[in-house]
Amino acid sequence: MNELARARPAEDDDPPAGSGSSAGAPVALRNVALRYGDPETGTLALKDTELAIEAGEFVAIVGPSGCGKSTLMKLVSGLNPATEGVVSVAGEIVTRPIKIVGMAFQNPTMLPWRRTIDNVLLPLKIVRPYRENFRRDRERNTARAEALLRRVGLHGFSRQFPWQLSGGMLQRASLCRALIHEPSLLLLDEPFGALDAFTREELWGVLQSLWMDRRPTVLLVTHDLREAVYLADRVVVMSARPGRIIFDRRVDLPRPRALDDLFRDTAVQLIHDLRARIEHFQLDETVGEAPGP
Amino acid sequence: MNRLKNLNWLWSALIILGFFVFWELMCLATGIPDFILPRPSEFVVVLVDQFHGIRRHGLQTLMTTTTGFAGGVLAGVIIGAIIGSSKVLYNACYPMLVGFYSIPKVALVPVFVVWFGIGTVPAILTSLVICIFPVVVNVATGLATTEPELEDVLRALGANKLDILWHVGLPRSLPYFFASLKIAITLSFVGTVVSETVAANLGIGSMMVLASSDFNMPLVFAGLVLLASMGIGLYACFAVLERRLTGWAQRKTEFVSG
Repeated sequence: MNELARARPAEDDDPPAGSGSSAGAPVALRNVALRYGDPETGTLALKDTELAIEAGEFVAIVGPSGCGKSTLMKLVSGLNPATEGVVSVAGEIVTRPIKIVGMAFQNPTMLPWRRTIDNVLLPLKIVRPYRENFRRDRERNTARAEALLRRVGLHGFSRQFPWQLSGGMLQRASLCRALIHEPSLLLLDEPFGALDAFTREELWGVLQSLWMDRRPTVLLVTHDLREAVYLADRVVVMSARPGRIIFDRRVDLPRPRALDDLFRDTAVQLIHDLRARIEHFQLDETVGEAPGP
Repeated sequence: MNRLKNLNWLWSALIILGFFVFWELMCLATGIPDFILPRPSEFVVVLVDQFHGIRRHGLQTLMTTTTGFAGGVLAGVIIGAIIGSSKVLYNACYPMLVGFYSIPKVALVPVFVVWFGIGTVPAILTSLVICIFPVVVNVATGLATTEPELEDVLRALGANKLDILWHVGLPRSLPYFFASLKIAITLSFVGTVVSETVAANLGIGSMMVLASSDFNMPLVFAGLVLLASMGIGLYACFAVLERRLTGWAQRKTEFVSG
């Protein structure tokens, strides 16, 4: 209760989402812990997590597998409630799934009975204020979805069913679905994890340009340090389970970034540093890794 | 692909035709009298000659069955949706459903007759009751086995339970639903005819009872054939509807992958 009381006034000072140049929402985690299953004996996935993300910031979270990165995403989205501590998004304490968020997972989870375009349009049928006007704005919505699909390189595939698309194409569509309702917070859980290197690098560029259009706040979970450095303003390293944040580093590379920038000294040095941190902690902690939730 | 499908139709027709030809030949060969087992040629003649009278009974049975079926499906979907939306409810209600289904529906006909009198109503109710169960079970199973990842997609957007049911649960269980419709429509005919044989003055069931008491076996078999054709017809309707509405679930046979 004390935590709640302290969280409120601090958040009220933040500028409301959508003001200024960024359409993002600030995110804050204070002393957050999450235990799966039994509240006493269940697996402790995350502990003592403190993280503050500014509105419009692009933050990447890296760490060994099973370290609670995905758990962190579920906490921020409100899909899982925190066992301890307070999560707040745009000044509101998160207690249930929030509406201003767009999500994309490693598994694209398209609904198999909807054509690609209808999958992309799905958030507009759910999220207010779009859902009230969905029929009236049908043409405008469809045009927007088509434009997004074109941006990610899926022009001409909007009438296809998900099973007619390849893994990379599904992931592109999933990105469109996460963005169609112009969320002020974008949660990306290893969205490019299952893709081949070329597609992945291409999509980094697509994601960067989409982000630069509206500047939503982005939380990206990834295994790929190059991906983190290419895309993020800040890279956060988490320890092995139970996860907590052990390293937090700004990426001072000018935007828009190009793939070549990853071969510059600053980027190479940064990737090297991050790798060292993760290895250091992997050696320190017990080697036995619990499987993911 | 198309050629193969046309061949399928041809094969089905040939097998049905072959069955009747075999029947005809066996009757002729063994000389079995027509009041025991009539030849197909005999009851086809009856079917054509007395079509006017038979049509009245046929239409009655068709109307009764489709009404009962529609009611049963509606009730089945509602009950199935309620039961399937909660794991606890699903497990708790299953034994009762099985118990309910184990009751022979013929045993309910006298009850319905006491409540509603002889005629159309008990027949409708019997066909309704008999086709609820497969629909309930399939809809509930379809809903209960929905992948949580698909639900998460909507939950993450702040969707409420009804949204999730409408956008994920129901479309997901549509293939299960259609599978149950094809079972339910045939069961529904059984329900109607059983009720008609016991307590009705109109309908194929009562026509067959009267005909058999006169040893008019060709007419009895004409009734059976009519029932079978109506069953096939309605089954085919739902099969076509199923292919149109749930093509995404049968992609291997129906669509050419891009």
